[in-house]
Amino acid sequence: MGSLFRSEEMTLCQLFLQSEAAYACVSELGELGLVQFRDLNPDVNAFQRKFVNEVRRCDEMERKLRYLEKEIRRDGIPMLEIPGECPEAPQPREMIDLEATFEKLENELREVNQNAEALKRNYLELTELKHILRKTQVFFDEHEGGANTTESMTRALISDDPNRHIGHVQLGLRDKQESLEFLPCFVAGVILRERIPAFERMLWRACRGNVFLRQAEIDTPLEDPSSSDQVYKSVFIIFFQGDQLKTRVKKICEGFRATLYPCPEAPADRREMAMGVMTRIEDLNTVLGQTQDHRHRVLVAAAKNIKNWFVKVRKIKAIYHTLNLFNLDVTQKCLIAECWVPALDLETIQLALRRGTERSGSSVPPILNRMETLEDPPTYNRNNKFTSAFQNLIYAYGVATYREVNPAPYTIITFPFLFAVMFGDLGHGALMAAFGFWMCYKEKPLQAKKIDSEIWNIFFGGRYIILLMGLFSMYTGIIYNDIFSKSLNIFGSSWRTNYNESTLQSNKLLQLNPDSDDYLQTPYPFGIDPVWQLAEANKIIFMNAYKMKISIIIGVFHMLFGVSLSLWNHIYFKRRISIYVEFIPQIMFLTLLFFYMVLLMFIKWTSYGPTPGSFGSNDPEIVKTSAYCAPSILITFINMMLFKHDANTRPVCDDVMYAGQMGLQKFFVIVALMCVPVMLFGKPYFIMKEQKQRARQGHVAVEGAAENGAAAGAAAGAAAPAHAQHDEDITEVFIHQGIHTIEYVLGSVSHTASYLRLWALSLAHAQLAEVAWNMLLRKGLMSTDFQGGIFLYVVFAGWAAISVSILVLMEGLSAFLHTLRLHWVEFQSKFYAGEGYLFQPFSFEVILDSAGQSEE
Amino acid sequence: MACKFCGPKLSLCGLVLSVWGIIQLTLMGVFYYIRAVALLEDLPLESETGHHTIEGFIATVEAGYTQNAYNCWIAALLYVITLVVSGHQFWMNNRSSVSM
Repeated sequence: MGSLFRSEEMTLCQLFLQSEAAYACVSELGELGLVQFRDLNPDVNAFQRKFVNEVRRCDEMERKLRYLEKEIRRDGIPMLEIPGECPEAPQPREMIDLEATFEKLENELREVNQNAEALKRNYLELTELKHILRKTQVFFDEHEGGANTTESMTRALISDDPNRHIGHVQLGLRDKQESLEFLPCFVAGVILRERIPAFERMLWRACRGNVFLRQAEIDTPLEDPSSSDQVYKSVFIIFFQGDQLKTRVKKICEGFRATLYPCPEAPADRREMAMGVMTRIEDLNTVLGQTQDHRHRVLVAAAKNIKNWFVKVRKIKAIYHTLNLFNLDVTQKCLIAECWVPALDLETIQLALRRGTERSGSSVPPILNRMETLEDPPTYNRNNKFTSAFQNLIYAYGVATYREVNPAPYTIITFPFLFAVMFGDLGHGALMAAFGFWMCYKEKPLQAKKIDSEIWNIFFGGRYIILLMGLFSMYTGIIYNDIFSKSLNIFGSSWRTNYNESTLQSNKLLQLNPDSDDYLQTPYPFGIDPVWQLAEANKIIFMNAYKMKISIIIGVFHMLFGVSLSLWNHIYFKRRISIYVEFIPQIMFLTLLFFYMVLLMFIKWTSYGPTPGSFGSNDPEIVKTSAYCAPSILITFINMMLFKHDANTRPVCDDVMYAGQMGLQKFFVIVALMCVPVMLFGKPYFIMKEQKQRARQGHVAVEGAAENGAAAGAAAGAAAPAHAQHDEDITEVFIHQGIHTIEYVLGSVSHTASYLRLWALSLAHAQLAEVAWNMLLRKGLMSTDFQGGIFLYVVFAGWAAISVSILVLMEGLSAFLHTLRLHWVEFQSKFYAGEGYLFQPFSFEVILDSAGQSEE
Repeated sequence: MACKFCGPKLSLCGLVLSVWGIIQLTLMGVFYYIRAVALLEDLPLESETGHHTIEGFIATVEAGYTQNAYNCWIAALLYVITLVVSGHQFWMNNRSSVSM
């Protein structure tokens, strides 16, 4: 069983696989997902590898499948996905079958598509012709009485809306020329509607106004067969005379991509043609329907299997990719692989390999061989769905160095807690917890839905964090006694007003003195007394003092815990020197200065206050323990660091909080300061000493070799560069240690101050919540009659929206980021190196997941 | 009965809001009814200078508490109606998406 405390122990293994069994074995390992293969031919490019052919075939199959999928999507056929069932990687010989199937399907589909397109083009042409015949009929029929077509046409032109300029100009021309006995001809066609104006202008200019254009819009959109877009077109008919103009008009039509159709002049011919077109359209429709049906049948059949096929092809491809990483031995009989394996899972892997061998029918068992290596193994933490979210928060900063103490288990508690200190509000916490709980409760159905939205995936990935953050916020909300900025008086306040009626009536502000009977001398049992909500004058002052102290106390404990964790690292990596010259001075520095400050806070809290039974007494003994004599912790701490002593301005009070405080404080500061040089020079000194010792031993060895004579020169030559390297190392060690020490010493000051963000954000949150309540919801509560209920209904919706969007979402995000920073910088900098690299096992699950995502 | 006028998102939003509104406004009504001191600041006390006697002031406060309790319950009732309407819409949306 792996633990969360450290990453798994990994071993480098060599794997000998018989060529025939390799495929089946790798497939089994892929199902298992516990092995990370190393590339053994990094200098061979992708095209020179052994199984490049197979990979290419898989790529081809995938391309065909994608084509099929696209077609299926276009027809809106649902693709069946069998949940929980995943086909195994098929045998290599099955690949040929698959290839043949896909080939057949693709060809069939392409053929159907081509036919459909041709048919559609045909259909489009016929429809256009139909429209032309119908529309021109209108043009021609406008003057039914005409003896022949040309004449009726001319009349149509004449009578056609007199407002049209072109008509008039043409008219003049025509009238003159009519006597010359000419034969006007015409062309009819169809053009895209948006091209009409340009087309008209072009015709006018190129033919110098000698043509006449009539057009009518086709109301129904037509389908363009090549792009299958819906386009709007117009029918036009152009009248002109003479061959020259005819060629010109035709050229222009061509240029504008207009399609021209023959249109007989005689009405009878036209009618006949229209009939013919109609019948042909009917025929085409049936053929088109059959084609569609066929296509649909093919696609439905494919849709049943397509997900399955995708999985199979991707698995084959992944296996061949992996096989490409292997080395071929000289005899070509077996493949050699190197892989990182969790030491605890060797048994399972052996079993999987045996299964693979059996499946392939090979007689020679694969050999799994442990190797010794100096390389750093990858970091692998076994996580479940609950811990993985927290582990990812840690990994986002840096992957743990191999076998380093993993902060994730502590983060599970400290992260929601520090968040809640900043987000303390019972109401907002409950909203967040409800959302988190819903996501955890509906986990399985939501997972199956596979929603693509990135924001949703972030929330869903962190559902356990959100749930915990919500619950912890509810707890701190009760401690702060804040629910949407109001307080709950559950146990009964400990404060009473003893003022008489006249005092109450004549004063705007009155004070409740804890050093009197106003305070019952027994605190509110849980959290902050609800009376503070109404103390408008000094609520914030009181809360600030409380929350600042709490922040520093939490911060110092958090940092002390971080430093203590470094002890486990030192012990595990056997850095004995580091324990003495790093860990001990570090923890002493932090304890003597900052933990002492925390102690002072507790001393102040416990030893100053009212004495029951003798309120307001002037007895010097009682005054000394009263709140009047309570010193400021911050001033005390600053004076301690500066070895300064302020003159006592309150003669009735004691100078110090306890006997011997001054001496003890001086001692603490001096010891803490003495820790700094130990941190700074301790480690380099020990390393230097060790090196000298080693050098002396080396010297002896060299001398010994000199006595032997022969190898003397070589040995001395080897020793000299080694020595030079050590000298370099020592300066590096000095610099490194210097940086580290400065960071730690300055850091413990700035980090302690940094924990004040707990107070700052908590204050900001409380104030914002109060503003939201006062500015919005209170407006709904200020009516003196019953329509206030309706008003409240509206105002409540607005207040709820503001509460969720600003107080829960934005404030929550900011508190989350600050918590993250407190963990990454203030906590982890004390012990966490984060210089490892992640264990990325060869696993079908991961490969299929990522393939599925990139596709969408 | 096929009168669908809300989309799936709006009806879900209405559901959540009305559940929240019912819970909070009912509770606030109860707190006003039992004269919770924490809600004293949220009372309609217009003529603060008007009452010179303690009795007058207390009477105004009492009236305000009762009035606000009723108003909260009225608003809660309106949210019950919202809940029913948006619940029906949500159900309609769900049903139509299933049958599709």
